[in-house]
Amino acid sequence: MDFKMTGEQETFRREIQDFLLNEIKAGTFQPTPDAWLEGFSPEFSRKIAGQGWIGLTWPRKYGGQERGYLDRLIYTEEVLRYGAPVCAHWPGDRQVGPSLIHYGTEEQREQFLPKIIRGEMFFCLGMSEPESGSDLASLKTRAEEKDDCFIINGQKVWTGSAHRADFVYLVVRTDPDLPKHKGISEFIVDMKTPGIEVRPLVDLVGMHHLNEVYFDNVRVPKSALIGEKNNGWYQIAAQLDYERSGMERLMSNYPVFTALKDFVRDGDLMQNPLVSHKMAELEIEFEVGRLLIYRVAWVLSQGQVPNFESALAKTYGTDFEQKLANTAMEVLGLSGQVLEGPRAALLGMATRSYLFSPGYSIQGGTSEILKTIIATRGLGLPTGK
Amino acid sequence: MDLSLSEGQEMLKKMARDFLVNECPKTLVREMEEDESGHSAELWRKMAGQGWLGLVFPEKYGGMGMDFLDLAVLLEEMGRACLPGPYFSTVVLGGLTLLEAGSEEQKAELIPQIAAGDKIMTLALTEPSASYTPEGIETEARADGDDYVISGTKLFVPDAHIADYMICAARTGDRITLFLVDAKAPGISTTVLKTIASDKLCEVVFDKVRVPKANVLGEVGGGWALVENIIQRAAAAKCAEMVGGAQQVLEMTVDYSKQRVQFGRPIGSFQAIQHHCANMAIDVDGCRFITYQAAWMLSTGLPCTKEVAMAKAWTSDAYRRVTALGHQVHGGMGFIKDHDMQLYYRRAKAAEVTFGDAEFHRETVAREMGI
Repeated sequence: MDFKMTGEQETFRREIQDFLLNEIKAGTFQPTPDAWLEGFSPEFSRKIAGQGWIGLTWPRKYGGQERGYLDRLIYTEEVLRYGAPVCAHWPGDRQVGPSLIHYGTEEQREQFLPKIIRGEMFFCLGMSEPESGSDLASLKTRAEEKDDCFIINGQKVWTGSAHRADFVYLVVRTDPDLPKHKGISEFIVDMKTPGIEVRPLVDLVGMHHLNEVYFDNVRVPKSALIGEKNNGWYQIAAQLDYERSGMERLMSNYPVFTALKDFVRDGDLMQNPLVSHKMAELEIEFEVGRLLIYRVAWVLSQGQVPNFESALAKTYGTDFEQKLANTAMEVLGLSGQVLEGPRAALLGMATRSYLFSPGYSIQGGTSEILKTIIATRGLGLPTGK
Repeated sequence: MDLSLSEGQEMLKKMARDFLVNECPKTLVREMEEDESGHSAELWRKMAGQGWLGLVFPEKYGGMGMDFLDLAVLLEEMGRACLPGPYFSTVVLGGLTLLEAGSEEQKAELIPQIAAGDKIMTLALTEPSASYTPEGIETEARADGDDYVISGTKLFVPDAHIADYMICAARTGDRITLFLVDAKAPGISTTVLKTIASDKLCEVVFDKVRVPKANVLGEVGGGWALVENIIQRAAAAKCAEMVGGAQQVLEMTVDYSKQRVQFGRPIGSFQAIQHHCANMAIDVDGCRFITYQAAWMLSTGLPCTKEVAMAKAWTSDAYRRVTALGHQVHGGMGFIKDHDMQLYYRRAKAAEVTFGDAEFHRETVAREMGI
């Protein structure tokens, strides 16, 4: 066992930190919790792209860097630490690109990967539906093959950034007669295609990043199919492991932690044992989470699929994020109620993060679903069927 | 970064697992709990034969020259097996302390005997104050000619009743000094306490025990810095044992929930049980990585006050949670003495409070956070 980062990795981390600190100093952005979900800034994404940090692990021939998963983890750890607005390129970088590399045609890879890498093309993910949340495989949005195209009808929900993405990575049913897991396919669809309507969903914080997306006789070319028709569920399974495995499941609201530490230091609150123990608990639990997520990257770097490790890391990590938000609110007391303005403590970050925090353990797989995955895939317990 | 065990560590782990399955079955564990000495001389000899008693000591002292991380791998298996006897006391508390603080002469004389399985050691640190701070030590050592004379009461001393040597922390004036004490010296009386883990913790009364000045370990008055290192090593080592115990409880619980049928199906197919098991798995993996990170840092000599404290704080609580959920899943079956669950449940609580409980280590973490 060796927990040490290589010199190159340490240099890479410092390089990212320096870049981000400079950008903060230049006023490009302010550290913000949940910025990977809400901080949509094409300009900033292009700056990140300019550094070569999108598609870090992808093949060079598409413009990638062919670096390791640990490098990518270092990159995500740092952009999350500083709450940088990386939402625009996040889904493309995290899962659309890897999925195309695994399942796409050469033509599709050439069409999309270089643009993702350059920060010129942004994706949203069309997965959940009103009747298909945790039971994603029951989804009903239909793609019917007709002549030279597919016709898509149905509705997606909780689609983050659908109102500003260029393309949607869409999961649909291509054969309603097959068992539910076997009739699913994946498509990449241009959001400007006629028949797509996006309606906003304002979350309980008052932010708009989620949407409903309606598909009404949307014609897409056959070349929009990713991978094999009706094999989509098995392609998604791996994709969900990527989606669940990252640092964003532990560090979504990390800027709150940084600000809370400053607040405690400035107020000399560590003298209060109740506060100091809460802070120590957070520090310890964060470190455990960090190691669990590094483990996922390490499993990936060994060429293995983290098929329960990522579920384990996410359910643990999102628990931590909720605890962080709540602990910050406990420390802030009355001041924690103020969302903005000069009386808002920690710039209102803890307050907004607290409001946002029920979402952590729901999005990307609820903790209950993930625990069932840990039990069945990880521990080999029998399924309930 | 490499989160797998090395080939050598995998081999050590497998050999240890096999050896302990054969040589330390639960029948022996139970027998040793009832046994007055709690120590099987036969098992001890066999462990020495495996090289375990010298595992972590340099070859020049008759050891195998392996490092603390290797020792952690072995301790994990020992925790899994609920190994009875004075291995932890002798190697972690005694031998490693000698290796750090002993003079060349002391090391050359004693460590080979430890490695050979000829000497049992322990650490007489805590007292009725039940604290891991220098203020908690009232036992006094007064200089008298060529000797020190030690008087006081030590409490929770593991395996003192069978030890050949004890390392005793005593007050010399305002400061603490460590002494290497012949455990059979006149004036020492030992009583085995009846404890939750039946792990032979003792009360040791020092009544004017004469110890030659040559038996001071390290500098006179320089003992507490050594004690801090001892506690750090012992806490990390205890975590490794706890990881092994927690892993075994998880495996027992998963096996049981696959076999136990209620409502016409294995209880492990019910989500309520699955989620208990998943929560246990999260805790066990958490324990594993935070513990091995600490052990790795100790091995490589990196400063790791905070990392060890994080490991012990987390693992203390997590192992307790794991055993509690294990009991819940086992139902009435796990509640009886004949079942193995109780062996782990009792040990988890003992391990939790030993070498600093979660509160103690959270305080260290709070200090180390630099805010």
